[in-house]
Amino acid sequence: MTVEATTPSGETMQLSMGPHHPATHGVLRIVVESDGEIVQNCTPDHGYLHRSIEKIGECVEWPMFVPYTDRVDYVCAMNANLAYCLAVERLLATDPATTVVVPRRAEVIRVLVAELNRISSHLIAVGAMAMDVGAYTPFLHGIAQRELVNDIFEKLCGQRLTYNYVTIGGVAFDLHHGAGDEIARFLDQFEREMVRFNRLLTTNAIFRDRCAGVAAVTRDEAIEWGLVGPNLRGSGVDFDLRRDVPYGVYGELGVRVPVGQCFAGRRGRQGDCYDRYVVRLLEINESVRLCREALKLLPPKAEKETDPIGGWQADVTKQLKKPPKGSVHCRTEAPRGEMGYFLVSDGTKTPWRVRVRTGSFSASGIFHKVMRGTFLADVVAIIGSFDVVVPEIDR
Amino acid sequence: MTALAAEPVAARMRQRTPSIEARTTENGQPFLFVAPADLVLLLTLLRDDEDLRFDALMDLTAYDLLKYPAKAPSDAICAVWLLWSHVHRHELMVQTHAARSDCRLPTTSGVWPAAIYFEREVFDLYGVHFDGHPDLRRIMCPQDWVGHPLRKDYVYPATYHGVSHLRDGQHFESQPAREAR
Repeated sequence: MTVEATTPSGETMQLSMGPHHPATHGVLRIVVESDGEIVQNCTPDHGYLHRSIEKIGECVEWPMFVPYTDRVDYVCAMNANLAYCLAVERLLATDPATTVVVPRRAEVIRVLVAELNRISSHLIAVGAMAMDVGAYTPFLHGIAQRELVNDIFEKLCGQRLTYNYVTIGGVAFDLHHGAGDEIARFLDQFEREMVRFNRLLTTNAIFRDRCAGVAAVTRDEAIEWGLVGPNLRGSGVDFDLRRDVPYGVYGELGVRVPVGQCFAGRRGRQGDCYDRYVVRLLEINESVRLCREALKLLPPKAEKETDPIGGWQADVTKQLKKPPKGSVHCRTEAPRGEMGYFLVSDGTKTPWRVRVRTGSFSASGIFHKVMRGTFLADVVAIIGSFDVVVPEIDR
Repeated sequence: MTALAAEPVAARMRQRTPSIEARTTENGQPFLFVAPADLVLLLTLLRDDEDLRFDALMDLTAYDLLKYPAKAPSDAICAVWLLWSHVHRHELMVQTHAARSDCRLPTTSGVWPAAIYFEREVFDLYGVHFDGHPDLRRIMCPQDWVGHPLRKDYVYPATYHGVSHLRDGQHFESQPAREAR
């Protein structure tokens, strides 16, 4: 920060970024009070995308809420489906009479699609962040690879964005014919493509210096402000729900967790924009490995869809008419961090309360703190590096 | 499972926060129940205690108990704190009740700043006033919205600033799915 960047008299100007600023990743408005080029104060204004999803949850039956979870976070809808379905399964499991055993094949397919979706979601995140700071081309490279993931999902369930694929008790359809080979081929060419992407952007000195040292969040700050997922790991906290509180078959896969360690070198600081960016890229590599491992674990398809090994959908109709009364909390690791469902059931076929805790919501809570004292031009880089997806904040 | 048993924690804290009770939900999930007066002290103790070290607030939310078919019916708003310890890798649920008519709770944003946003959301959707909160404004609904939408007795407004929410011939029931059951 230089002295010339502020006005001599210290007078401030109010600037309203959004709700349709292209760099805000949806309709988010940020009111920035700036002194010259320096941000003095920033107030995020939420609610433009509020669709009362939690209220809808109290009005529809348990399985009918799954398509709405797609809309909670449409960049990683598979993970959003999975988070809700796991929570309902955990609720059912609190009473032995209603416990559902998800077929093993379905569990593996869930991990496979969740990790593929994580790849495509992180590609959007890093691509959009690059676009926000002025590098347009990497975004297109990311989008091109994401298209290939979407193609796989389209064959799998007919949808490219909001899948409604993971269901309570399994998945909606079995893998299509030749899906394993198709995914393996995609992963091979994707790894080659990532080498090019990293040469273009990650090791690019301009981009690295642009993000180095900007909006560093310390380890303790990240924890007490409730950051989750890559934002938390970017600050050096070694925590991933897939490894530390495993669900599904993640426990068998041995997830390796990258953490931020001042990747930008001398000019960087731990937990800065560049660390959060690099952690996402390393997570993409890990997801590629997890997809390959999951393909190895996939048991052969059985005749019956309810088969406990080779099936893909357990029968849950009876259980969902009369689930146990009480509450349950279930956390999953979505690309934007912890997606936690807190469900309260009154023992009927509709939920009493559906609470969604999302990573973007708590990430936007720290904005006003980290943006104070940064340059006006850094605001978009910071929003990009936290990877907020606005429908997830507003729900 | 990583959820802590509630009784040992309650026994440990009872001296400082006498209103603490170890309870379980109907489906056997343990939680601590505490009176609003002891809430902030309890959460601070839980955060700072060496053996507990709940350094992160996973989630803060609420649900409405009005007409909830419990053994002891209540019309209070039940607020829920879900805590997580990055040090010991365990979790704990803390609950308290806010009276419906005078819906107030002390703010916990001094314990974890993450609560600033969560409390704004609970205020917006349930109308719980968090005393001492630094910036208690609505977060999802417009600032001039009337009512708190996630309360079970919420009545859908027919208009907003004179603009109707209804198409011709359409009408809202006050609780669509609930009434039909």
